[in-house]
Amino acid sequence: MIEIDHISKTFGPITAVDDVSFNVAKGEVLGFLGPNGAGKSTTMKMITGFLPPSSGTARVAGFDVRRDPIAVKRRVGYLPEGAPMWPDMTAEAFLAFIARVRGFGGADAETRIATAIRRTQLADVLQQPIETLSKGFKRRLGLAQALLHDPEVLILDEPTDGLDPNQKHEVRELIRSMAGTKAIIISTHILEEVEAVCSRAIIIAAGRIVADETPAGLAARSRRHNGVLLATRTPDKVRAVLKSLPDVAEVTSEGDGRLFAGAKNGASIITQVSTALREADAEIEQITVEQGRLDEVFREITTRQPAHA
Amino acid sequence: MHNVVTVFRREMASYFATPVAYVFIVIFLALNGVMTFYVGNFFERNQADLAAFFSFHPWLYLFLIPALSMRLWAEERRTGTIELSMTLPLTAGQLVIGKFLAAWAFTGIALALTFPIWLTVNYLGDPDNGAILAAYLGSLLMAGGFLAVGSFVSALTKNQVIAFVIAATLCFFLVAMGSTIVLTVLGELASGNVADFLRSLSVMNHFSDISKGVVDFRDAVYFAALICLFLFLNVVAIDRLKAA
Ligand SMILES: Nc1ncnc2c1ncn2[C@@H]1O[C@H](COP(=O)(O)OP(=O)(O)OP(=O)(O)O)[C@@H](O)[C@H]1O
Ligand SMILES: [Mg+2]
Repeated sequence: MIEIDHISKTFGPITAVDDVSFNVAKGEVLGFLGPNGAGKSTTMKMITGFLPPSSGTARVAGFDVRRDPIAVKRRVGYLPEGAPMWPDMTAEAFLAFIARVRGFGGADAETRIATAIRRTQLADVLQQPIETLSKGFKRRLGLAQALLHDPEVLILDEPTDGLDPNQKHEVRELIRSMAGTKAIIISTHILEEVEAVCSRAIIIAAGRIVADETPAGLAARSRRHNGVLLATRTPDKVRAVLKSLPDVAEVTSEGDGRLFAGAKNGASIITQVSTALREADAEIEQITVEQGRLDEVFREITTRQPAHA
Repeated sequence: MHNVVTVFRREMASYFATPVAYVFIVIFLALNGVMTFYVGNFFERNQADLAAFFSFHPWLYLFLIPALSMRLWAEERRTGTIELSMTLPLTAGQLVIGKFLAAWAFTGIALALTFPIWLTVNYLGDPDNGAILAAYLGSLLMAGGFLAVGSFVSALTKNQVIAFVIAATLCFFLVAMGSTIVLTVLGELASGNVADFLRSLSVMNHFSDISKGVVDFRDAVYFAALICLFLFLNVVAIDRLKAA
């Protein structure tokens, strides 16, 4: 549905996006991650036809954004970074305008506007000028605008930025509910969000793709993947037992009598650990297997890459 | 066309959603009154026409029109709404024309609200109303020309003050290009054919007949060409500079 074909963007001496290629199929929710300034927003601006690529191109539903930008824009719902909107319009007038631009009139427009309002829970602020909306409501209005025409492709730049925890949850539910019928790209700095809604994650750093995997696959790259976290009153004894095991790479103390046993090469060590502890008659209050932490993998991947010119 | 109308309606509504419309109209009417009655000696002239009224329009538009046009694109670029505009299924041409037409229609409203002065001459004497209508149309055309210039300049910058100053300067040149002052300053550079050429391109040259109520086809073409040229440049500027 979305094909990114060797796309690059330079701003004078700065290379913001450097030969990025990937496809997103219908049914996929792609989490687009990367440190500040990595080139996420720039990539999205090129897919949506706002910025012309310096080289390469993007296609949406087969339409090339350089040759047929209007066809692409019709099929895409886009929430730009920061959700820019005309401050003097009311929320309702704004959605009415979007509906008209999208070619809906009369009853059809009204149902679509009503649906978008319901899905983003905007009913209370419809008569307010946009400049008086709080950050979260503004973001939701931007989302309503992107969803209004029920597009095949959704591109959302930090859709949950500024939302309260309840709204974050609602928006994630919303994205999940639409996932089956659309190709969706969301950029975010919230890694739990990636685990919650994305079927795939791409990490870019300094304009280049450095990882492209499922969230679980990414987490599995973590040093902590399949490691065992224990809480005990006798840490010294437990530490000795753990250290003697062949598949335990390291044992670290995490404070409060908690110990972490890392797995060698990410192997499953829980059976080994529990058997050994039972045999040693160690007192364990809590034991959990870790899946790995995305933030750690993220840090590892995005700092390892040398900055390129 | 449908899209141009949609953009037009949004823009038009935004004039009246902010104090811009009211401030502009009040100042426009007040200045017109002052110019016509005090500076132009409307009564002392003792003639039933509106020449005193129209002859000031180039100078009035010189700074009022840039004040109106400065926000057209500079504001969209500064607040980032241009990213929304340009990722909706609208072309740069539709946006430029929609915005321009809204600003133009708005100027038309302000101009139409000067009708009491027309009522006044009709009450006092027996003017040539055809000539007055022609002069109104000419004035509107001139406003359109200035607006196109201002809209283009506004697309070049994110800063409304800069947009205002540059647009006012350009409009001043358009007005004064054929005047003796400018030709004298240019001196040798603008003698003979060059001077004639500059004079033929100046707004004054084309508006002076119009303000007397004579609308020559060539004058109309001049303003239409001015509008088309700058709107075209406006589209090019938007396409190239939108993200800068
Ligand atoms: N108009 C521009 N002119 C010059 N440089 C730009 C422009 N837009 C973006 N850049 C540069 O391109 C790089 C990528 O920016 P981009 O906004 O895509 O990052 P991002 O991944 O979205 O970051 P963030 O997480 O902070 O939103 C940055 O170095 C930025 O300074
Ligand atoms: Mg960004």
